[in-house]
Amino acid sequence: MNKNEYIPFLSEIKEVIKHTDIEYTFRMEYNGEQKVKPGQFFEVSIPKFGEAPISVSGIGEGFIDLTIRRVGKVTNEVFERYVGDTLFLRGPYGNGFDVEDYKGKEVVVVAGGTGVSPVRGIIEHFSHNPQDAKGMTLIAGFKSKNDILFKEDLKQWDETMNLILTLDSNGGDTSYKEGLVTAYIPTLELQDVSTAVAIVVGPPAMMRFSVMALLERGFKEENIWISHERKMCCGLGKCGHCRINDSYVCIDGPVYNYTVGSQLFD
Amino acid sequence: MGYQMDKQAINRCFSELSKEYIIYAPKCYEGKGAFSDTDLIRYGEVTTVDEIEFREKSRFSFKEILLPISQTLFYFTENEVKEADGPKKSAIVFLRSCDLHAVKRLDAVYLNNAFEDYYYKRIREKVHFVLMGCKESFDSCFCVDMGTNRSENYDMAMEERDGMFYVDVKEERFKEVFASQAIKEEEVEVSYVTETKTKVHIPEDLTSAVAKSTMWDEYDSRCIACGRCNFSCPTCTCFTMQDIFYTDNGKVGERRRVQASCMVDGFTDVAGGGSYRQKKGQRMRFKVLHKALDFKKRNGYQMCVGCGRCDDVCPEYISFSHCLNRLEEGMKEVSDNE
Repeated sequence: MNKNEYIPFLSEIKEVIKHTDIEYTFRMEYNGEQKVKPGQFFEVSIPKFGEAPISVSGIGEGFIDLTIRRVGKVTNEVFERYVGDTLFLRGPYGNGFDVEDYKGKEVVVVAGGTGVSPVRGIIEHFSHNPQDAKGMTLIAGFKSKNDILFKEDLKQWDETMNLILTLDSNGGDTSYKEGLVTAYIPTLELQDVSTAVAIVVGPPAMMRFSVMALLERGFKEENIWISHERKMCCGLGKCGHCRINDSYVCIDGPVYNYTVGSQLFD
Repeated sequence: MGYQMDKQAINRCFSELSKEYIIYAPKCYEGKGAFSDTDLIRYGEVTTVDEIEFREKSRFSFKEILLPISQTLFYFTENEVKEADGPKKSAIVFLRSCDLHAVKRLDAVYLNNAFEDYYYKRIREKVHFVLMGCKESFDSCFCVDMGTNRSENYDMAMEERDGMFYVDVKEERFKEVFASQAIKEEEVEVSYVTETKTKVHIPEDLTSAVAKSTMWDEYDSRCIACGRCNFSCPTCTCFTMQDIFYTDNGKVGERRRVQASCMVDGFTDVAGGGSYRQKKGQRMRFKVLHKALDFKKRNGYQMCVGCGRCDDVCPEYISFSHCLNRLEEGMKEVSDNE
C-alpha cells in the first residue's frame, strides 16, 4: 500500500524566537529522510483547530524553523504552545528555491514582511558563502519598526551583503529608511543587469509592483523568481484550493520562475 | 462474454453478488425531489435489479462512492492519531458512459498528479463498474460532443430490453455468477447515444486569454454561489479539511475531508484576509476553464464529460453548456480587443 501522506508526525518545539508580538519562529524537531529546501512548506496542525501550510524559514541539523504569524485559527493555537510542547507536522511539500539557480550571479532578493521566511535559507546561504555569488543585495521591507523580523539575522546580513532595510513608516525614527521596497529598485547598482537574478516574495501587490520595477530596471523575465501563497488543504495536488489555471501551487510551486508565474492569474 | 436472462435470474445474480459486494446504483426516492411532488434520483445501495432506476439520470453522480461527501481520515487524541478504517466490502457501481469517463478524470487527480491518494486508492481498488446502456440522451446531455458517449473499459455492461436483461461481462470474477443463470450466451453490446439534443463546441484555439472577455460579467449577478454545480459534477474533486471534536471529550476528535466547491464563498480565503476571485463571474470563469482548458493542458483530454448535471441542478438556470458555446465569441472578443 502507498504511504498515507495525510497522517502527520509529532514534532517537539525546541526553541521559540520572538520577533514581534504576533510573529514567532518555532524551531521544530525534524529528522525526516527528505531533505528540506528553502521555500518548501510543512502542513502544521493541531487536532481540532486544523491545518495550515507554513513555509520553512530555516533548516538545520535535526530541526526546521517555522516562522508563524498569529492571524488565524491554527496559528492562534500554535502561539499557545511553548518549548517542550508538540505540534503535528507533515511535509516538506512544494518545489522550493534551488540555490543553484542563483550561484555565480548577482543576486537581488526583495522581501516584504513574513515574505522573508521562505527566502531566508537562500539569503543565509549567500551570507555564509559570499564567494558563491557575484553580488548579493537584500531589500527587506516591513510595516514599522515593531514589525521587523529576524533582527539578529539582519545585523549579520548588514555585514555580509548589501542590505537595504526599509519601513513603510519609520514613525519619525530617522535611523530607519522609509519607503516601499519598490523605491530602491530603480537605483540598484549592478555590474550587469542582463545576467542578474532576483527573488521576490511578499504580499501580492508588493510582488506585482516589485516585479514591474525589476523589469523596468532591466532584469530579464527568466531571471526573476516569485513565491505564491494560497489556501491549501492537502499540499498534495488533490484538494484544489491552491490551483491557479493549470498549476497547483502546492506541487508545481510555490516558487515560480516569472516566465511561468506571470502567465498565471486567479 | 454476453448473457441473456430474465428478471428472476438476474436477481439471483444480484443476491449472489451481494454476499461479497455492496451494489450501488441510481435509485428513485419518491417525493424527495427539489420541487413538490417530484422524485429524487440519486445513488444508493440495491439488492435487486427492480430498485435500479434505468430510465432517469441521477441528480448527483456516483462520485460520492469514491469520494465520500464527508470522509474521516483519522481519529486523534492530543498526541496520537489513528488512521480510519477503510471499507471492508468491495463495491459494484452502476453508471452511464459519461460517468465511467469521469472515473478516468478522478483517477488522474487522485492516483496521479504528484501524489497517490491513500484514501481514494483503497476504495478505488475495491470498486467495479457496470455500464448502463443509454438508448437516448436526456435533454441536457452533451456526451457525444465531449467524446464520452461510448465506453469499453467496464467490468460489466447491462441493459434491459423488453423485460429481458442483457449483460456483457468482461471481468473474470463475475463470469461464473452470470453464466450459471443465463438463458443463453450471446454477444451483447449495450446501447449508446450518437446524437444529443444539447450540442457543444469548444473552440480549438481556446486560451486563457478568454478570461478577459466580458462574457463572464453576467454571472456576477446571476450566480448565487451555492456550489450545486460542483457537488453534482462527476469530475469535481475538491475538498476541504475539517476537524471535529467530540462534545463529551473535547480533546478527542477526528479529521475529515468534505467535498468543497470553487463557487462557494471562502474557497480561497487565507488567514490574514487574503482572498481571490471575489466575483461570481470570476469563479464561473475559473470553473469553466478548468473543465474545458486547464485540465486538458495537464492531462491531454477535457475534464468535462458532458453529463449535463450542472445544468439540471442550477437554481438560477445557468447553463454550463451554453457557457461553453459562448467561448468562441469570447475568444473573438478578446482577439478583436488586442
